[in-house]
Amino acid sequence: MSNLLDLLVAGLATGAIYALVAVGFTLLWQTSQTINFAQGEFVMLPAFLMLAAMNAGAPFWLAILIGIALSVILLGLGFKLLLVDPMLRHGVLPLAIATMALAIGIKEAVKQFYSAEASPFPSLIPGGEIAVFGRPVAVQSIGVLILAIVVVLGLTAFLNRTSIGHQMQAASQNPTVARIIGVPVERMILLTFVINAALVAIASILITPIYLAKFSSGEVLGQAAFIAAIVGGFNQVRGAIAGGLLIGVVDNLGAAYVSTQYRAAIPMILLIVIILFRPQGLLGRAEERTV
Amino acid sequence: MTRTATLIRIGIGAAVIAALILVPMNFNRYGLFILSQWAVMTIAAMGLNLTLGYAGQVSLAQGAFVGIGAYSAAILTTQGIPGIGPLPLLGALVVAVALCFVVGWILGYPALRVQHHYLAFVTLAFSTLAFLVFRNEDWLTKGIYGISGIPRPHILGFATGKPLPFYYVCLGSLALVSLAVWWLIRSPWGRAFVALRENPLRALSLGIDTRRYTLMAFAIGSALGGVAGTLYAPLTQYIDPVPFGLSLSLDLLMMVIVGGSGFFFGPFLGAMIAVLLPEWLRFTQGYYLMLYAVAVIALLIYSPSGILGILDRILNERRTRAASAKRASAKAQLETAP
Repeated sequence: MSNLLDLLVAGLATGAIYALVAVGFTLLWQTSQTINFAQGEFVMLPAFLMLAAMNAGAPFWLAILIGIALSVILLGLGFKLLLVDPMLRHGVLPLAIATMALAIGIKEAVKQFYSAEASPFPSLIPGGEIAVFGRPVAVQSIGVLILAIVVVLGLTAFLNRTSIGHQMQAASQNPTVARIIGVPVERMILLTFVINAALVAIASILITPIYLAKFSSGEVLGQAAFIAAIVGGFNQVRGAIAGGLLIGVVDNLGAAYVSTQYRAAIPMILLIVIILFRPQGLLGRAEERTV
Repeated sequence: MTRTATLIRIGIGAAVIAALILVPMNFNRYGLFILSQWAVMTIAAMGLNLTLGYAGQVSLAQGAFVGIGAYSAAILTTQGIPGIGPLPLLGALVVAVALCFVVGWILGYPALRVQHHYLAFVTLAFSTLAFLVFRNEDWLTKGIYGISGIPRPHILGFATGKPLPFYYVCLGSLALVSLAVWWLIRSPWGRAFVALRENPLRALSLGIDTRRYTLMAFAIGSALGGVAGTLYAPLTQYIDPVPFGLSLSLDLLMMVIVGGSGFFFGPFLGAMIAVLLPEWLRFTQGYYLMLYAVAVIALLIYSPSGILGILDRILNERRTRAASAKRASAKAQLETAP
């Protein structure tokens, strides 16, 4: 069995990726009440776009750029304009169902047009282990953790320090007032979709080398990100980050020390307990109940 | 409604029922299997339609209840209870319904505290937990190897081992469940469910015990999931955990919404789309699930209240137009009158 430190770092690394995915998820919810059941597939797809670019002869760095660009166009702008916009006025549930159908569509398209087999994916971070406090820890885990933290910190800095970030927050917290004081609310909402698409593309680059590129890998990821978002607080970016890290660590430690068979159950039980005792999540604000 | 409209309705209903009984007689094994599956999934979707469409409680656990029903039927009709031996399917049905009712009741408690997407995620968690139990509790469920050799029942002395007789078992069960649900939604219970969906606060102020009805909506809906599962096990004659994962719950939710949630016939159409449409699209080979996904999205964009929502809208428009025509002619008469 690996040592506790390694488990902890690996847990934080996966947790940080969950956090990236969960942050996008909460952004969409805050600005446009969109529950995206295809969020896991949104992480799976960019890896295949990059693989396709590499098969066409592009070097890895170019493939990454192409992947992120296509992700922004398809999963950001396309998703917003073609699916969310026409459905938003119909309420949360039909839109959620439509994203479920979208998840099926993306999964099947990858299976049909690329491959049903798992493909290896090049890693940005070298393999091997280094000693931390005299214990071996995988370099990949540390690298993923650091990159994910940099992205998340960059995003929070953008949201809290820049004028556009403030406008985005205003648009999500109170669209009516934001509109009155001159915030282009529609553009801000579109921007959250673009940011979500970029985040899932980055998550895709970080996680696919660990778990291989497979058409069905979105299911587990999407579910982990949902749980992370709810555990941490559905309406808070920092909640999603905390939730992601927590789920990653709990999942990894649970698998090692409690039971591999019921590994998936541990985050679920955490989820049920938190929803029942603190429905707004660990760091979330309570939303007013609209009855 | 006029008398002719009622007659037309009865006529269409009778024709559909006759077709469901007569046409499959020439179907092959596979066709009968798919049609039986449609009947079973319709029962499960009707249960979810009660919980979601009538009582307004989002549940992502209906697939788990189908699983509980299926495993109850499989275990009780093959191994049975220690000391007593295998039970007939009817006995297993009673156990499955009771079990799902109780578990559904308990699952309703979170609904008293949280709503909407939170509720969806609690039930999603339950769904995943149920799947893990099916997969990991080898002593009871035989784990990933599954349970095979599930017998089909004898009904009034007739063996239903062949596909056609068992299809009639499924169809007959669907008919019985439909009658029960039809009665239920027209009873004060059903009206209380709708009141709960439309405005929980007002329902409370009207003296409806919202706590009890919320729990009841979950319990009855779940019990119908159990009925579907009890039929599913002998239909496939082999069960393993895979079909009862989260995707079944999502599929059932999609059936209810696509058919038209809160419409009595919604689940029938929704299950038809979900079970039969992929079969019809099979000629497109690998593309069929993709086309299915696109069709569902297009339908929801066009009509978020499902297929029956379109019909409802057309009928409403016609009624409005007829009413305004009547008003116009009445007005004209009034004006020409001295």
